[in-house]
Order: sequence, then C-alpha cells, then structure tokens
Amino acid sequence: MKRKVSYLLKKFTSFAPKETYSGGHSALTEQDRTWEDFYRRRWQHDKRVRTTHGVNCTGSCSWWVYVKNGLITWETQALDYPTTGPDFPEYEPRGCQRGASFSWYIYSPLRVKYPYVRDVLLDAWRKAKEKNHGDPVKAWDEILSDPIKTKEYKSARGRGGFVRVSWDEVKELIASQLIHTIKKYGPDRIAGFTPIPAMSMLSYASGARFLSLIGGTMLSFYDWYADLPPASPQVWGEQTDVPESGDWYNSTYIMVWGSNIPMTRTPDAHFFSEVRYRGAKVVSVSPDYAEYVKFADEWMQLNPGTDAALAQAMTHVILKEFYVENPEEYFIDYAKQFTDLPFLVMLNKDEDGFTVDRFLRASDISKNVSNAEWKLVVLDEDKNELVIPNGSIGYRWEDTGKWNLKLEDENGNKINPALTILGKEDEKGFVKLPYFEDDKKGILKREIPVKKVEIDGKEYYLTTVFDLFLANYGVKREGLEGYPSSYDEDVPYTPKWQEKITGTPAKQVERIAREFAKNAAESKGRSMIIMGAGINHWYNADLIYRSILNLVILTGSQGKNGGGWAHYVGQEKVRPFEGWATLAFARDWQAPPRLQNATSFWYFTTEQFRYEDNNIEKLASPIKGKTKYKHPADYILLAVRLGWLPFYPQFNKSSLELAEEAKRAGKNPKEYIVEKLKNGELEFSIQDPENPVNFPRSLFVWRSNLISSSAKGHEYFLKHMLGVENTGVMAEYSPLKPEEVKLREDAPVGKLDLFVVLDFRMTGSALYADVVLPTATWYEKTDLNSTDMHPFIHPLNKAVEPLWESKSDWQIYKEIAQTFSKLAEKHLQGEYEDIVTAPLMHDSPAEISQPYGKVLDWSKGETEPIPGKTMPNIAVVKRDYTKIYDKYIALGPNVYEKPVGAHGWSFDAKEEYEFLKTMIGTHKDGINKGMPNIEEDEKAVEAILTLSTCTNGKPANKAWKFAAKKTGLPEVADIAKDRESEHFTLKEITAQPRVSISTPIFTGTTHFDRRFTAFSNSIEYKIPFRTLSGRQELFIDHELFTEVGENLPVYKPPLVINPFEDWENPPEVDEKTIKARWITPHGKWQIHSTYYDNLIMLTLFRGGQVVWISDEDAKEAGIKDNDWVEVYNRNGVVVARAAVSHRVQKGMALMYHVQDRTIHVPISEITNETGGSHNATTRIHIKPTYAVGGYAQLSYSFNYYGPTGTQSDSVVLIKKKKKVEWSN
Amino acid sequence: MRVKAQITMVLNLDKCIGCHTCSVTCKNTWTKRDGVEYVWFNNVETKPGVGYPIQWENQEKWKGGWQLKENGKLQLKQGGKLFEFLNIFHNPNLPTIDDYYEPWTYDYEHLFNAPKQKHQPVARAKSLISGEKIDIKWGPNWEDDLAGAPEHAVNDPNIQKMAQEVRMKFEETFFFYLPRLCEHCLNPACVAACPSGALYKRNEDGIVLVDQDNCRGWRYCISACPYKKVYFNWATQKAEKCTFCFPRIEAGLPTICSETCVGKIRYIGVILYDPDKLTELLNEKDDKKLYEKQLEIFLDPHDPKVIEQAKKDGVLDNYIEFAQKSPVYKLMVKYKVALSLHPEFRTFPMVWYVPPISPVLQLFEDKSYDELFSSIDEMRIPLEYLANLLTGGNVEAIKGAINRLVAVRYYMRAKELGKEIDTKKLEEVGLTPEGAEELYRMLAIAKFEERFVIPTTRKEFDRDVYKEQGMTGFDYTPDCDFCLP
Repeated sequence: MKRKVSYLLKKFTSFAPKETYSGGHSALTEQDRTWEDFYRRRWQHDKRVRTTHGVNCTGSCSWWVYVKNGLITWETQALDYPTTGPDFPEYEPRGCQRGASFSWYIYSPLRVKYPYVRDVLLDAWRKAKEKNHGDPVKAWDEILSDPIKTKEYKSARGRGGFVRVSWDEVKELIASQLIHTIKKYGPDRIAGFTPIPAMSMLSYASGARFLSLIGGTMLSFYDWYADLPPASPQVWGEQTDVPESGDWYNSTYIMVWGSNIPMTRTPDAHFFSEVRYRGAKVVSVSPDYAEYVKFADEWMQLNPGTDAALAQAMTHVILKEFYVENPEEYFIDYAKQFTDLPFLVMLNKDEDGFTVDRFLRASDISKNVSNAEWKLVVLDEDKNELVIPNGSIGYRWEDTGKWNLKLEDENGNKINPALTILGKEDEKGFVKLPYFEDDKKGILKREIPVKKVEIDGKEYYLTTVFDLFLANYGVKREGLEGYPSSYDEDVPYTPKWQEKITGTPAKQVERIAREFAKNAAESKGRSMIIMGAGINHWYNADLIYRSILNLVILTGSQGKNGGGWAHYVGQEKVRPFEGWATLAFARDWQAPPRLQNATSFWYFTTEQFRYEDNNIEKLASPIKGKTKYKHPADYILLAVRLGWLPFYPQFNKSSLELAEEAKRAGKNPKEYIVEKLKNGELEFSIQDPENPVNFPRSLFVWRSNLISSSAKGHEYFLKHMLGVENTGVMAEYSPLKPEEVKLREDAPVGKLDLFVVLDFRMTGSALYADVVLPTATWYEKTDLNSTDMHPFIHPLNKAVEPLWESKSDWQIYKEIAQTFSKLAEKHLQGEYEDIVTAPLMHDSPAEISQPYGKVLDWSKGETEPIPGKTMPNIAVVKRDYTKIYDKYIALGPNVYEKPVGAHGWSFDAKEEYEFLKTMIGTHKDGINKGMPNIEEDEKAVEAILTLSTCTNGKPANKAWKFAAKKTGLPEVADIAKDRESEHFTLKEITAQPRVSISTPIFTGTTHFDRRFTAFSNSIEYKIPFRTLSGRQELFIDHELFTEVGENLPVYKPPLVINPFEDWENPPEVDEKTIKARWITPHGKWQIHSTYYDNLIMLTLFRGGQVVWISDEDAKEAGIKDNDWVEVYNRNGVVVARAAVSHRVQKGMALMYHVQDRTIHVPISEITNETGGSHNATTRIHIKPTYAVGGYAQLSYSFNYYGPTGTQSDSVVLIKKKKKVEWSN
Repeated sequence: MRVKAQITMVLNLDKCIGCHTCSVTCKNTWTKRDGVEYVWFNNVETKPGVGYPIQWENQEKWKGGWQLKENGKLQLKQGGKLFEFLNIFHNPNLPTIDDYYEPWTYDYEHLFNAPKQKHQPVARAKSLISGEKIDIKWGPNWEDDLAGAPEHAVNDPNIQKMAQEVRMKFEETFFFYLPRLCEHCLNPACVAACPSGALYKRNEDGIVLVDQDNCRGWRYCISACPYKKVYFNWATQKAEKCTFCFPRIEAGLPTICSETCVGKIRYIGVILYDPDKLTELLNEKDDKKLYEKQLEIFLDPHDPKVIEQAKKDGVLDNYIEFAQKSPVYKLMVKYKVALSLHPEFRTFPMVWYVPPISPVLQLFEDKSYDELFSSIDEMRIPLEYLANLLTGGNVEAIKGAINRLVAVRYYMRAKELGKEIDTKKLEEVGLTPEGAEELYRMLAIAKFEERFVIPTTRKEFDRDVYKEQGMTGFDYTPDCDFCLP
C-alpha cells in the first residue's frame, strides 16, 4: 500500500506547473507517480527457466519461460548463444510469434488434463471384463469376435462421447489390447507413429523403445511428410545435410526457391535480410508473391510445379557459357574431382543410334579387383587409358584405406580424369534421350563422341556422363550435330523452351543463370540456393531437386561456405544421433527393430491403392515405352520381396508362430521362411493387404496430429483405417488393378482395433482416437532438441511440474510397459522367438548386394532367394514379454558389448557405459542389475548425451579415428581433437547453449568461428560421398530409373490429375466452380497443426480455416473475401473461408498446412459431414523409383530413402458455400 | 535552448519479416486480461492496408493529432478544451469495437464434452463480449500479406492520397509490414487532450503514460491520438497504452517487443532535443517539410554547448553518455535513413522507421551506380506511397534514405568480391567509406548491445537508497507513516 494522498491534493499537484516552455505549450508538473508500480509489478517474476518447443519447425530456439506466483506467465527468447564472432550477426534472439504464444496452451480449455476413453468402448470393455472374471485380455477377445460390438465402437470414433477414466484403468485397457494383438496376430501388427525425434528426442524414444522391445513397428515420418528430399540420397547418399542458417551470411548470391524464409524459417530470416547489406544479390523463385519475394532483388515468377524446367534451362546456360564456350577452370577442376561427370557409361548400339545403358565397372574391364562390380571407371586424360579411381562404393566395404577422393588409382598413381571423350573419340553417334513436356513426351537425338573398347572379345561403346549431360541439355559443341544453335530455339532445354512451360521470361532465366555462375566463379563457390517444401512436396520432387542441384554442383558451390544447396523442410537433424537411436530402438538390448516406410504402410492400410489414379506406364520413357508394372502397389510388393523396402506386418502368419513352426519342423528359421515363401505356403502380408490377418491392429500416435496434419488423403484414413461412417471420400475403386497384389471383393473398413493418442491438446487426431492420454507440455518436462539451422543442442526443462494428470511421454510408456509386463506374466509367459525381416540397408555392406542396377526377381526364377542379398534379411529376436519394463528402465548390455554408431561410422562405448553407471546410478536387482538406470527422464537424457559423438568429445575422437582408417585419410583423425575433453551434461546445456562437436556422422565440421556447411568434409578432406562412385552423382543407372527416363535430370510436369477421374461422377452443385492446383505450403500461424488452435494465433489471422485464391478466380466464381467456400475433389472436401488476394496467381489455391478441422468448421453441403482439413483433398502418390533398394545410395534406411508422401499434385474445384450449418 | 532526453525507437522496415512476435510477447506481458482483449499495444500491419483500427491514418475521419489554425496556432484537430467541455458525455470521434474488431474465443470444451453425436464436433467461435456464437468478420491483422487487399487495401489513406494509380494486380504486387506502437511523441496530443491531467510525459525519458489512479475514462486521449494507440479498458473503465515497457527500460533492458524482435529490426537509444523549439518548428505550414523540421529539434550530443546545457537542465550524465552512443541518433540524424511516421500529424512521433528498399530491380555489379539509382524509381513499392507514410509526402527524403541503403549494399559487394570501390559515388549520397561501413554494421551485424543502448534508472540522487535497499518490494499498511512509497 502506498501512502495515502487525498485525491483532491493529488489533483492540485498534477495541475500545478513547475515550469513551462515552448511558449507555454508544454509544462513540467509534479505529480505522484507511485501508481507506476501497477505495471512494474506485472513485469516482476519469481524465476525463469530455459526450455524450448518440441515442435517440428526446425527452429530449435532456446526460450526463457517466466514463472510468477506459481504460474507460467509468458516466455521470451533466450539471448545467451555463444558468439559467432565479432563481425558476424549473432543467433540471438531465436523464436517466433508461434513459440511466443505457447504459454497459452498451458492453462487453456484445450488442454488434455486427464485420460479419456470413448464411452461406447469403455462400457463394452468393462462389461466384457466383468463377464470374463476380470480378465482384460479375454474382454478384448470377446468384443473383437463380435462384429456388431466391434462396429459399434469403431464407427463412433470422432463423434464425441469421451469420458474421463483413471490412469490405472486406461493402462490396463491398452496393455491388454496389445497382448491380444500379439497373441492373435503377432507383435508386428502393433504400430507407432511419432515424428521428428530432433524436436524432443526422449519423448520420441519413449514409445519407440517400448514398441521396439515388444516387436512393434515404428513408422517413418520424414519421407512420409515429403520433407525428405529424395534427390539428396540419390545425388549424395546422404539423407539431408545442409548449411546452418548463419552460413547464409557468407553467401554473395542467393536464390530462394520455394522456401518461404520469413514465414517458415522465422528465427533465421534475419541472416537472409542482413546478408543483402553485405552485398549479396537475392533472387526469388515463386508462383505467388510470397513473403520472401519481398526481400528479393528479383522475382522469377513461374507456374506452380514447373520449377525443374526453369532449372534445366539455367543448367543449359551454365554448361554452354562456363563449360563449353569459356571453360571456367575452377568449375572444371571441381567437376573432375567431386562429381561423377568424368565416369564412363556404356552405350547400347542399335540401328538408329545409341541408348544409354549403365556405368562401366571394373568387372566389365576384367580387372582382377575385389568388389569389382562396385568400382567405376574413368578415362585418364593424359594416358588415354581406362583407370579405376579410389572412392567408389566397392572400396567402402573392404579395408584397403582407398575409400577417398584422392585422384589416384589403388596403386597410388595419379589420375587425371577426362571429362569428355571429344578429341579422343573412336566414333561419333546419335544418342537417344527422353524428354517430357506438359502434354507430350519425345526422344532427343544428339550426337556424342564415343570411345570403342574391345575387352575379351566384347565390344563396348563408352562415353562420359559429362558428354551425356551436354547431349541431354542440348549444349552444342564444334563438330557435333543435333543441337539447338541459340537460346531462342524452342527445344529442350533452352531458356526459350522453358518459357512456355514456366511463364518465366527466357531473358531473365538466361541472365540469372549467368549471374549465378559468374558469382560462383568470382567468389569460389559462394552461390547458394535456399530451397524448401514449396518444391519438395511434388511427385517429381527428385527431378526438380536434381535439376536445381546441377546449378550448385556445376558451379563448384556445393561444400563451400556461403554456397550450395540449403534445403530446409522439417527438423530432421538429430545431433546426438547415436545415443538417441540406441535408446529409441532399444538397440542396447536387441536388434533389428522394425522400422517401416510410412508412405507404403498408409497406402495399403488406408486402402488408397484401391482408388489409384496413377498408371505408371503412362509415365514411361518413350525410349522403352513400357514399365515393369502399371500399378504402384505392385512396385511396393516387388520392393518388399527383393529386400528393398521393409513391410510390417510381415507375413500372413504371426512372426512368433512361424518361429514355433520352424522349431517344430526342426529347421533353421531363416531357411524355413525362404522355403515357405518360395513354395508359396507363406506370403508377405502386402500380397493380400485386405485379408484381416494382415491388418495392423493397434496404433499409437504421439507428438503428432497424424489425422489432421500429415495424413495425405485423411478421409481414407477415417474410412478404412478407423471405420468412421460418412467420410468425405467420393472416389470410386480404380479400374487399374494390381497384377500381383491381391484384391478382395470389397475394401475393408475399420482395420484398427485400438487407436491411442498422447497429446497435451485436443487435436483432430485425438478427437478420433479410442484413448487420449494427457502428456506434459514442453514447459513441464525434460528433453532434448536440435536442428540443422544452428549448431546448438537445447534442453527442455520443467518450469512447473506436469499439470493435472499429465505425465511426460517417457513416464507414460514406462508405466504402460509396467502394466504390460505384469499382464504378460499370465498371458505371454516364457521366452518367444520373433522372426524379423529387415531390408538391405544403406550404410551397411548390404548396400552392395544387387549389382549393376538390374532387377532380378527370385519369385520369377531370375535368381535364387538369398536373405540379405536378393531378398530381405531374416533375423530371430528373443523376447520375454514379462521383462519389457525391466529393459525399458535400464541401459542394456549391448552398449558395452557392441560398437555404437551411425551412417557407417562407429566407436567402442565400453568406457562411456562404465562412466554412465557412476553418473546416473545402476539398478540393484533383477535382470537389469548393475546396468545404468534410465528410469527418470533426466537420466535417460544424460545417457543420450554421453553416447553421442556431437555431445561427447571422447566418442567423437574415437569415431574420427575410425573414419581416418576407413578412408585412408590420416588427417581426419584429428578433426575434433581440440574438444576431446568436453562432455555435455543436461546442466551445462541448461546453463548456456553449446556448440556441438564435429562428428563424422555429419558431412561438415562445426567450430566456434566457422559456420557449418554440408559436404565440406568431402571437399576439404576428400571423404567420399556415400554413393556408388563416391562422388556427387548426376547420373543414375538403375533399371527402374531407365524405364521412366530418369537416368539424367529431366523435366516432368506435375502429375496431370483432374479433380475427379473419368470413371467417377462428380457431385452436382448449383454454383459456379473454379478449378485450381492445390498448394499446401507451411503456414504463418501454425507449425503443422500446433499453434493453429491457439487463440492468439487464431486471433491474429481470421480465426479459422482459410483458403487463398486469386481475385480473378474469386470474381469468376462470385466469391468475396471472407466468404465460406467448399473445396473438393474425389478425395474429400475442405470447408473454409476465402482469402481473396491479388498476390496469388490465377489457377492456384493456397491452403496453409495444417489448419485443423476441430476449429470452427461447418458441415459440408456436399458430404453432409464436418469439412476436412487441407489433406482432405490430397492423396498418396507412390513414385516407384523411390522404392529401389540394395543398390549403393539407393538403399533403404529409415527416414532416409523410400517412397515419399507427396501432396502437391492435386487439383480441386472451389465453389461458394450456399448455407452454413454446424455440427453443434 | 533547453535540453531534454527522450528514449527513442527505430524500426528497420527493410528487415521486418512480419512475424508479429513483437505483438505476441507484448500481449502476453501486458494485455492478456479482461478489459483489454482487443488491445494490442504493439500490432503489425501489412501495407498497403487499412490497418488496426480501420483507417486509423484517416484524420478527416478520426480527427486525431494537431492542426494549424488559421491564426497559425497549433490546436488539437478534434478541437480545444471548449470542444471537450461541450462533448464531455459523448465524444463523437471514438472508434467503436467494430473499428478494432470484436474479440472472440472458442467453445474448446465442446471437443471434450460433446456427447455421442452424428457429426464430428467442432469448437465454434464465440464473442468475448457477448458470449454468443460469432461470425468472424474482422480482426487485428485481417489483411495479413494482402489478404482481401483488392477489396480493402484500396481504402488505405496513403494510397488514396497518391497521384500515381496503384493497381491491385498480380504482376505489380508489393507489400511490406508496419509494426506499430505508441510513438511517445514530443508533442503528444493525448496528453494535451486529457481533461483530468492523467496522461503525462516522463521528464527523465519522455515515456508517455496514463496515470491509472487519475484517469477518469473521458477517452479524449483515444480520439486525440492520431496513431490510435491509446485504448479503453472496459473492465477498469480507464485508458491504457503502451508504456514503452518502462519497468524494463528503467533496468536498462529494451522493450519486450524489441528484445523479442526476431527479425532484429529494432533499435533503442537516447536522443537529446530542445523542447523550447517545439511550437516554432511545428508551426511550419507545409506538411512535406515537417520531417525535416523534426530533425531540427534534435541536438548533437557531442556538442559541448549541448552537454553543458543538458547538465544545467538536470539531464543525468549517463543519459548524455548514452545519447552519444545512441544507435537511433545515427540512423535518424547522422545517416538520415530512419524517417518519421506521419510527421504531418504534428505530434513529433519518436518511433521512427527505415523504409523498405526491396525489391530493387537487378542489383548487381554489372550495373553502374547511375543505373542503380535510376532503378530505385522503378521500385515495386512506389516512392510516393512511402513518402505519404514516412515523410509527410516528401519523396526526396525517401529517395535519399533508400539511396544510402543501396549504396551500402553496392559498396559492400565490391568489398566482398575484392573489386574496385568508387567512393565518389558514395559521397554523392552523403556517405564516406567509413560511414558506409558503420551503417553496414548497424544494419547487418548490430549485436544486442549495439541495438539497445539504454541508460538504467538513477535513484541515488533523490532518495535514501541506503534505506530503500532493504525495503523495496515490501507493501506496508496504510498507517505506516515512515514507510517509503
């Protein structure tokens, strides 16, 4: 209380001027200002805690959360990042409007405070349990053997009816259902989906560890989200590695291509605005006037989805001007050393010219070398001889120390690879190359120089990748025919040619290409392309990216600070990877885990393959004209059969039962499975995906809003996976039928028996779940977070204890494991053997199992079925279901006994294991006696930090020593020497962010005074790219790429899709409709669906689902700004408000991903059901080339390579909504 | 001459990414409570656009700010004391809630509580005022990124004042963001308009506040403020406004909106000015000259005469020292790249803006300076539009600022690539190489300590701080006579 002053007195003092000035206009008065404490008291707080947001935004920003009177009041960004140096912008402050609004959730009415179950299910289960004398497993059996009861609870999903339930009861309900599934179908019918470990690693690891221990399946996310750029593994053998955002500031020329930096890279955007003052030119490429266009000096405005055509023309200009007309020495040297351009390719000769075959191998030229099928050949320019340089993948899997990029052969002789045969050719001939345009495809015939070699009586026609490249791009050289004579000729891939496809003026394309290359030449590679989801969400994302990557590779910018690709889609970089993977997949106890490509899983689980609109044969190369299969489903089956891709559920029989059978038959399980598969007595599950024995039965979703967020074709999810009645699906079964995948009469509905969602807010997924469990928010738990945007590792910490009945994910799964193990004592006693299939993995010796890129199918008798070579690996994993809990809470013995590592690099962790025992303590009795205790979240976090190279200097140095030996590059051993004594702990990274330690698992180095850029280790240290040639691969010679004409980068138009297929009848509507390409980029007011439902974000933009359309389109359909519209196609309906704007191009509709159907969405008049969210009108389109495996960099790895869930290739109709009705 | 110190902010619109982090952190800290749901002390607008509240810049409609009377005297546009007296129970110039927006929330609970039903339940919007279901028609950032621009942005007063036609056409699209907060004006109309004397400008730092004890809710400040940055709290029935986060400023910390600005566009520092010149400068008749007139009121903190006078006038040493290091002084006065927001409102606002330069066509080394500067005329954002916003229509001032920004880029590019530097051309836009580098550093690198140069509050001169140290924060009973406030 302040001193009492009479009101009257105060008035007097406040009016009495002490001093006046400016002609009496102003006055200085004396008045009591103690009231100012009103605002001071608000600002005062009791403590602030460092944490971050576990959300897949790639930001990974350190935040201070303020606590006052026991309540979380607000948050501000932390400012104490280690410096970037005196003349460089700092990372502070990192954090955006979305993160700043997170505290709203903590106490909001949207918070999930207790466990919930839908009443229909709960009643049925309680009753059945009572009837079965309290046996919860039998209760499930009773419900699920009764089709009426089953349908009753499944069809009620998403239709209200939640009731609160106790933790004890809900844990029993879940655990007993899992046991039911395991007993009846096997553990691989249990799946878990949680994405992006980097956003909260331990929380990812929680359910993943539990499911891995019981033999369940973890579903991938990075490929499924179409965040994975498939071109990255194709070209570099690397999932994704990119410069940290600070490195943008080193650039002198930046193209921004489909990456909305201010909107989606908000905390990093300042480096982009700042580098302009340092003199960098900025060019934007975008179909709409997006936020990043505001910062650009130029806007290359193009039609959606035609980006590859523009890049192809830029490549044409660069090749012509900087390789042929005025060869730029810096580029040529780079190309010879770091790309596959000089490598020799075999040609097939026929009556009218040559066709492209495959890389020439050491095995072709009869050299007596090991792994000869996996070593490639160049022509030595000086000696005019065929030579085998170091670095091909064959060297990787033998210990000769020749796996490096020195220009030497294996005897240490210097090599000077010839880029071209021209001048040394034995003959010239026309090579046939496919090209594709919007409505046609054709064959280019261009003359190339050919070397003719005779080996063991066989004639080989050879040329280099570079010569093929120039032919493909139409770059004319003296003495060769069939080329355009100028940029103005309209043939692939001139600037003129692209103009009609992209709408971008030819002159602009030509000029920008020239500027980009000239800048790279003058700055030695400081030309950069920032790229992102806008161009990566397309079906042909790999072609778009390969075309664009040409620009940074051909200009020697890749691997250089300030240059190269800078792709940012998703927070994929788990810096402490080794420790995290050890815990997450329970590798400390057993291997292999079941890790599944989610795209193919959902494709079958949600029956989208029944409605397939993409006949692969229509996409065939005009040269061959035919493809192996027409239906994408058959390609997936082929890929599973040949060990390229995993698929779980595995077989049409329980994996536990199969092991029993083999035992009974007295056979080795591996041989038993091969024999049964071969004679057809056993089938892969996806041969018959509509057979109930092959359904996935239980699904956990946590840290994700699957249904509303990533579920391409989410109405199919509701209908077929969940059994919801009256969904938005309007599509009909496709007349295109798979040849080998069986179809049943009707597509099943409601495959899942139990759908569990863990969340802190009621999302579109939680709404459709059977069980919702309350999780702690990011301000209430301990965890880790990292990104590729910056080199720091951030902790999540508790500002307050988990509120209401919420718990951390780590604790929730721990408790489920406990209940499960207890129930198993009665229902799953003893030790089981589980037969686990595993694909041919990238970064393992299996990546050199299927040579030459030729497909040999054992099921067709083309080769023998050999596990791990021509088909999946088959392993036996022992499981004691009563000990799952004991294993979950202890770090298992494998850490001590086996090397720990990733991406083919590893270290011995005995020392670290022993250290952890002291640091975090051990268990005192039971099967985990003496093992490090990771029961508490904080302890598990310490285990991750200790077992990872980027957070612990000793393992880092061990791994670098291993790398030095593997590559024969001794200097590599010392890369992290200066940081050997560092070991990050939770407390240390909480005290201040720390720069992670350089590790071989990433492709560049991290230092305090140097910004990270990808692949600099290849350029600076000559560590190979993890590809077939060991170089950046611009040519891909696999058979499946040949059949669709994608050996070299080509342009392919967006999949031509109509809103409805010709076998379907679109709904009749009275209103005028407009047709638009459906674009769903990341938004401004949400990170996927997180923050979208936050009142602050909803207030800041229009309060509900919004679709952006152009003013011209709006006018045509009679739509005004803020009108309700229905957006629809065969897949479903979106109901939203229109945002009408001239910044959007006619013919495109933008709906920022992910708004949610839970907030203020009316009922559609087309479907008579609540409208869907942005993925209601998309569906899965499988690209078969992404399924290729067992072939060097084209080998599967979880979230690394595999079919992506593209979503940009769809077209919608939009109409004004007639009436607005609500479900409540 | 008389010297006063003013805490001042500059925002670089060229760097603003339109993220609204400033708005959110401000809202969380200050206005997330009953009565001020619709209030955003700091908001961000997409320009062109009508803004929040709708058409706030249109003083023909709102009668905010000052005008010169026929007798050459400055008067509040809404009218003087007589006007206030006559209209004391009905102020005709107040925006209604629809001019801001009707704040809303959602029936979130329904997602949990909905019984088994035919359709999927949703959380419907409901008004925070009436509690009724609401049809959302407008919001505090309705026009984000030109949403609805063909219908609304044409009503932007800055466009309506233009001679050149602005078409809302795809190929000609342009926009930029304008974050706004209270201008803490040197000649605040709100203070002058308050019948209760509740608004005041703090002597030590120029921050304008509404005394919550003295405010009687007349709301003349709301209509008088031409920036519409004083709001009415319907729960307390008092006016509230941006406080320039004075509790933080007093501790030497930047405002919340500045500290959390992830685009790093904000600068805060001290400026010394001469209040005696206020009316004389504001009596300038030509709106286009007011920006330059305002520059004249600022004092050079290195001038010994200014320093001497400042000390006489009781400006504390640390204020003088910080004024000399002031980043805002450099941007506003030394390099003249920061400009005033609507100086024609005649309040002498003290939150200034660096204009956006992008996109400049074809900036590259192959271009000569002359070509470069001629291309500035072809900027996507019409110079006239920027002039209407930031210089009272003075296009030359806009051009000068943009020329200097572009020259910095040109200079730095040459330096980065080791090319020849033509310093003569720099001089033509008023820069030396050292100046270009200093400006570059301020725009691109400026670390926290360089962006925010804020003196801490000094209490040792007029209080018993020895005693207060142990008592501060304690509340005492009203009858404690010796207790400190």
